[in-house]
Amino acid sequence: MAKIEFQVEHLNLYYDKFHALHDLTLDIYQNEITALIGPSGCGKSTFIKTLNRMNDLVEGCKIDGTIKLNNVDIYKDYDIIDLRKKVGMVFQKPNPFPMSVYDNIAYGPRIHGIKKKAQLDDIVEEALTKAFIWDEVKDRLKKSALALSGGQQQRLCIARALSISPEVVLMDEPTSALDPLSTLKIEDLVLELKKDYTIVMVTHNMQQAGRVSDYTAFFLNGDIVEYDRTSKIFEFPQDKRTEDYITGRFG
Amino acid sequence: MKRKLTKLFEFSIEKLFLLSAVFCILALGTILIFVFYKGAPVIGKIGFLEFITGTIWQPQAEIFGILPMIVSSVYITLGTMVLAIPIGVLTAVYLSYLAPKKLAVFLRRSIDILASIPSVVYGFFGLMTIVPMIDKYLAKGTGGNGMLAAILILTIMVLPTIISVSETSLRSVSNSYREASLALGATEITTIFKVMVPAAKSGIFSSVILGVGRVLGEAMAVILVSGNAVQMPSSILSRVRTLSANCALEMGYAEGMHNEALYATGVILFGFIILLNILMYIVKTRSERKG
Repeated sequence: MAKIEFQVEHLNLYYDKFHALHDLTLDIYQNEITALIGPSGCGKSTFIKTLNRMNDLVEGCKIDGTIKLNNVDIYKDYDIIDLRKKVGMVFQKPNPFPMSVYDNIAYGPRIHGIKKKAQLDDIVEEALTKAFIWDEVKDRLKKSALALSGGQQQRLCIARALSISPEVVLMDEPTSALDPLSTLKIEDLVLELKKDYTIVMVTHNMQQAGRVSDYTAFFLNGDIVEYDRTSKIFEFPQDKRTEDYITGRFG
Repeated sequence: MKRKLTKLFEFSIEKLFLLSAVFCILALGTILIFVFYKGAPVIGKIGFLEFITGTIWQPQAEIFGILPMIVSSVYITLGTMVLAIPIGVLTAVYLSYLAPKKLAVFLRRSIDILASIPSVVYGFFGLMTIVPMIDKYLAKGTGGNGMLAAILILTIMVLPTIISVSETSLRSVSNSYREASLALGATEITTIFKVMVPAAKSGIFSSVILGVGRVLGEAMAVILVSGNAVQMPSSILSRVRTLSANCALEMGYAEGMHNEALYATGVILFGFIILLNILMYIVKTRSERKG
């Protein structure tokens, strides 16, 4: 059995009075790809944001239960800055900063105190290489990142997340705004990244979950209906609702 | 039949809009022509260089040099901006990202009211509070009218412009940048100054240009507090006269060439404003090309 990265126990989340996540308990494994699937509004995006505490930004959001990263409670015993250095995030819509390609990647290391040009150069090249985009941008590092295509922008955002050497990369529907070819590139990339990082990925696209993930959690109305190895979920779903969803009968 | 009527209606409404738009252009054109018609010939008569580099203004002797006023206007504008830009931009940042909602609403309303106070009231306020204070603590009884008083009062007057235009542009910066920065472990303040403010810089720059326009053009409040002496400023407490103050002060009794020289002062002021607008246009198109 793989090592456990996140240990989630009895996690409840409320937006004011609305009970959005119901007593979730699951383990997320290191160097595996965990896909979170389910219909819109089921809580999968809300759940992924609890893992790097992006939900702290939402007014009226309250959490109880525990989430441990390598056995340390991320809500009690973690500095939020250290947590986010370890747990990076890629968003639904590519959101590179309105800066040059280089500055986008150097931003993270810079705010964490790296100033030497040579060191930054190395980090930028390494992150861009890891995100399969170095060859496409190496001659335009000083150009605006907003001039890149959507797919390139998203790989740039992945590189940006990698720039501060996280352990985990969270991806919230990273391909939903992209064309099929760009989507395939990102999927290949994710499969490659798994060697060095733990990946948690929200996806709307069942085929995508099937293609790339090792584990799949099926969310419905704030509950996890089923969580298991992806092959098991797709071939032998235990719950009727899971079966209905993955065979496309609803959602 | 009905369709024809609809078409006619659409057509006439469109033309009505056109007419309204043309009205503005006409107004601008008329003002330009009028001011230049009255002011340009006298600049020719005096000599452009002599007019803008002359340091003596003696209408009775028909000596018209406006360099002291140009210098005073520039100094006052710079001084005002040195104070107003940091206060205005920081307030805008606070309002857009940091202030609790209720406080932000209250602040915004106050700023709107500040913007709607007539400039003569600002002048009175300056005359009654700022001028005596400068007199007492800085000028030691030699009189508080002067450049500093004008700078302070103009700073207050220009803040609403800088704040509201900057705030609009800060609030239009995509929240996704903020999320991305925070997710990288940046603090809120780092995010604001490294990502959000740079992303809004063209809007902030516009707010500054608009503010500069306001400062250069303001006559009433300045007349009341600046002392109005035509002289090269020798210190921040010097009594000075700005270009716009000059136009307003003497128009009541000026005749002949004197009258035309005041229009000519207006022409120079206009020149500054047009320069500013060109600058703003360049910055805007540049940032649009980038964005």
